[in-house]
Amino acid sequence: MQELLQQLANGVAWGSIYALIALGYTMVYGILRLINFAHGDIYMVGAFTAYFIARAMGAGVGLQPSPLLAAIVLLGAMIVCALLGMLIELLAYRPIRRSSRLTALITAIGVSLFLENAGIRFFGADPKFFPQVIAPKTVMLGGGVIVTNHQITVVVVSVLLMIGLTLFVQRTRTGKAMRAVSFNRDAASLMGIPVDRIITITFAIGSALAAAAGVLVGLTNPKIEPLMGIMPGVKAFVAAVLGGIGSIPGAMIGGLLMGISEYLVVGYISSTYRDAIAFVILIIVLLVKPAGLLGRNVAEKV
Amino acid sequence: MARRALLVAVVLAAVVGADWAGIRFLNPYVYRVLVLCGMNVILALSLNLVNGITGQFSIGHAGFMAVGAYTSAAFTVYAVPPLLGAWGSGGWPAGLAFVVAILVGGAASAAAGFLVGLPSMRLRGDYLAIVTLGFGEIIRVAILNIDAVGGARGFAGVPQRTNLAWVLAVAVFTFFVIRNLMRSFHGRAFLAIREDEIAAEALGVPTTRYKVTAFVIGAFFAGMSGALFSHYTYLHTNSFTFMKSIEVIIMVVLGGMGSLTGSILGAILLTAMPELLRFASAERLIIYSLLLIVLMIARPQGILGRREISLRALTPWRRARPTPVA
Repeated sequence: MQELLQQLANGVAWGSIYALIALGYTMVYGILRLINFAHGDIYMVGAFTAYFIARAMGAGVGLQPSPLLAAIVLLGAMIVCALLGMLIELLAYRPIRRSSRLTALITAIGVSLFLENAGIRFFGADPKFFPQVIAPKTVMLGGGVIVTNHQITVVVVSVLLMIGLTLFVQRTRTGKAMRAVSFNRDAASLMGIPVDRIITITFAIGSALAAAAGVLVGLTNPKIEPLMGIMPGVKAFVAAVLGGIGSIPGAMIGGLLMGISEYLVVGYISSTYRDAIAFVILIIVLLVKPAGLLGRNVAEKV
Repeated sequence: MARRALLVAVVLAAVVGADWAGIRFLNPYVYRVLVLCGMNVILALSLNLVNGITGQFSIGHAGFMAVGAYTSAAFTVYAVPPLLGAWGSGGWPAGLAFVVAILVGGAASAAAGFLVGLPSMRLRGDYLAIVTLGFGEIIRVAILNIDAVGGARGFAGVPQRTNLAWVLAVAVFTFFVIRNLMRSFHGRAFLAIREDEIAAEALGVPTTRYKVTAFVIGAFFAGMSGALFSHYTYLHTNSFTFMKSIEVIIMVVLGGMGSLTGSILGAILLTAMPELLRFASAERLIIYSLLLIVLMIARPQGILGRREISLRALTPWRRARPTPVA
């Protein structure tokens, strides 16, 4: 029982990171019907930006870890990645917006390869150790479950960001415009919604969330390297599909489900099967519900 | 019939001749790149049948390649010695055993293709894509956990039988099978599904059966390519991650979806390009990815689009073949 609770706690912390990345996938997909393969690499850039900001401020050398430092690092990485996401959209995705979906997909893969290889060239292929921005501490929860304060930070920050995103999408004019564009881009454009600007904002928000995920991973798993985004990127996309792609609550549920199931497999079966469980769950869910857990089934028009 | 036999003989002679010349006149590095080009040509052609011709979106091709590679390697390592004894280690019996191994790899992969093709009954577009990706990864992780084929250590001790002649022969075979298939009654059904699935269904094309068939045939050839791979170089599941599937998709899209000669061109270009860019060592993969983005923006339909390079167009002095009346 204690073992189970422990794995659940670890799974929730890891799943919140998947959920944050999955949100970016699902938002971009909802609006452009594009699988933005470069999203996992933006998460990597987020982790590295945070690393460089923290080093520049003197973390790990003289500066003591503090929540303020962590907040500055987090915000800095989110802003840099938001700009990067907007730049990628402008340079790579905008010119091919009217082309076929597959062309767009290959372009996204090209951007992903570019970020990975530029990362290897400029950050170095060897893993870097993320400086401690918050002093580590272990916390006893009820039932003998032990978590670190880093894991708690991950969950709290993720939940705050998700609440913020939900409020933004549901309560603001821009959020309403985003929903309209995702519902029907042409109709939204006819209603006077600046579609290009909404798409740019979507990329900025999605990329900022991925950057936050990158920083949070750096906090709990302090080894970062330029190819770290590939696997989490794919799994977060799977999480988004699992929850029903295009649906924001779906991405959150999918991410949590994925993190928890991975930790259960690691705890009870074998860590070598960790990378496969995500896909097994996905296939089972899609065979039962082809549009994902919260996805809408679109009727086929003849 | 006699003409066809002659054609096969000429092709075989050309293939063996190319290998003979390649070993003697090319340096081993260029020879190796050519062999890899050949394997990628087979992969691209087979994926084109699923993605370009039938219009289904599969990103799990590396999984089929892995099934073919590991089954054929296991066949050669575990089944051939007890069957042939000392005969199996060289000469024509070894060659024959290798042909069987390639076919076993293809057949095992075709069986996997059938399993993966089944969900295509219910799923479309991106959902199908992500399920094929998932199957590819599950296959990889499953193989990683089979100790008899080396697991995480990689499968050592597979005899090296592949050379340029084998690869070219299989590539030519793949090309002609898919080309003839496309010109047949069944090929028209595949194309009809790509163009409009609902209309095809309404006209009486059994779409589900053809979609699964496309997966099975595509997987068969990918498995043969895997068999060639496993008898050529060090075998490890790391060669079959989804990045490999993506590489093959890029070849197909770059050459032109649905164009067979385009797939050949795309496979050769994409295998050779990283090698040609070697002078820029550290930056070569950055240049490669930028070239990919620029190409997609400048020519989204791929290099050839849906057109084919045909010998007839290159040899205008030959009489045009009368077009068959459909």
